[in-house]
Amino acid sequence: MVSILLYISLGFMLLGISLSMIRFIKGPLSVDRVISFDVMTVGSLGLIALIAFFTNRIIYIDVALVYGLLSFIGVLIVARYLERGL
Amino acid sequence: MDGTLQIIGAILTLIGSIFLFLGSLGLVRMPDSYNRIQAGTKASTLGTILTLLGIAFINPDWTGKLILLILFVLLTNPISSNVLARAAHYINIPLYKKTVIDKLKKEETIKVNVSEDKINTNSDKKEDKQ
Repeated sequence: MVSILLYISLGFMLLGISLSMIRFIKGPLSVDRVISFDVMTVGSLGLIALIAFFTNRIIYIDVALVYGLLSFIGVLIVARYLERGL
Repeated sequence: MDGTLQIIGAILTLIGSIFLFLGSLGLVRMPDSYNRIQAGTKASTLGTILTLLGIAFINPDWTGKLILLILFVLLTNPISSNVLARAAHYINIPLYKKTVIDKLKKEETIKVNVSEDKINTNSDKKEDKQ
C-alpha cells in the first residue's frame, strides 16, 4: 500500500520535472529559463528524499540540503546578473 | 510496516507530488513571465514541503533533518522568487496584455522623482561652493 502510493508520487514528480524541462528548452526569455531551473531543483529535493527512503540511507537528506542551498545561491546570482548589479 | 502513520505519510507525499506536477503544468501553460513565476514557485514550495512532511511521517527517525530541510525550503524559496520577479520588472520585461494594475511601477516612479530632486539639490550646493 505505502510503496505503491510512493511509486505513484515518484511518477508524478518525474512528470513534473520533465514538464518544466519543456519550458527550460522552449522559454523565450532568460527569466523563464531561470524559473524553470528553480522549479526543477525544488522538485528534485522531494525526489532525492523519496530515493533516500527507498534505499534507506539518511545521507541523501544531507545531499538534498546542499543541493537546495546551491540552487538558491545560483538563482540569486543569476537574478543579480540580470539586474546588472553584479 | 503499514501502520496508520505510514499510510498518512504516503497520502501526504502523493498530495505533494500532485502539487509539484500542477506547478510544472502552470509553468508550461501560463502566458507571461510573472504568471510563470507565481504559478511555479508557490506550488512547488507547497509540494516539496508536503512531500518532505510525508516522508517524516513514514520514517519518524529522520524527522529532525527533514524539519531542517522544510524550514530551509520555506525560508529561501519565496526570497528567490521575489528577487527574480524584481529583476524581471527592472529589465522591463513586458506584462501580459490583460494585466490590470502595476503597483511597483508607481512606486519606482515616485522614488525616481525623489532621488532626482536630491541629486539636483546636491549639485546646486556644489555649484554654490565653487
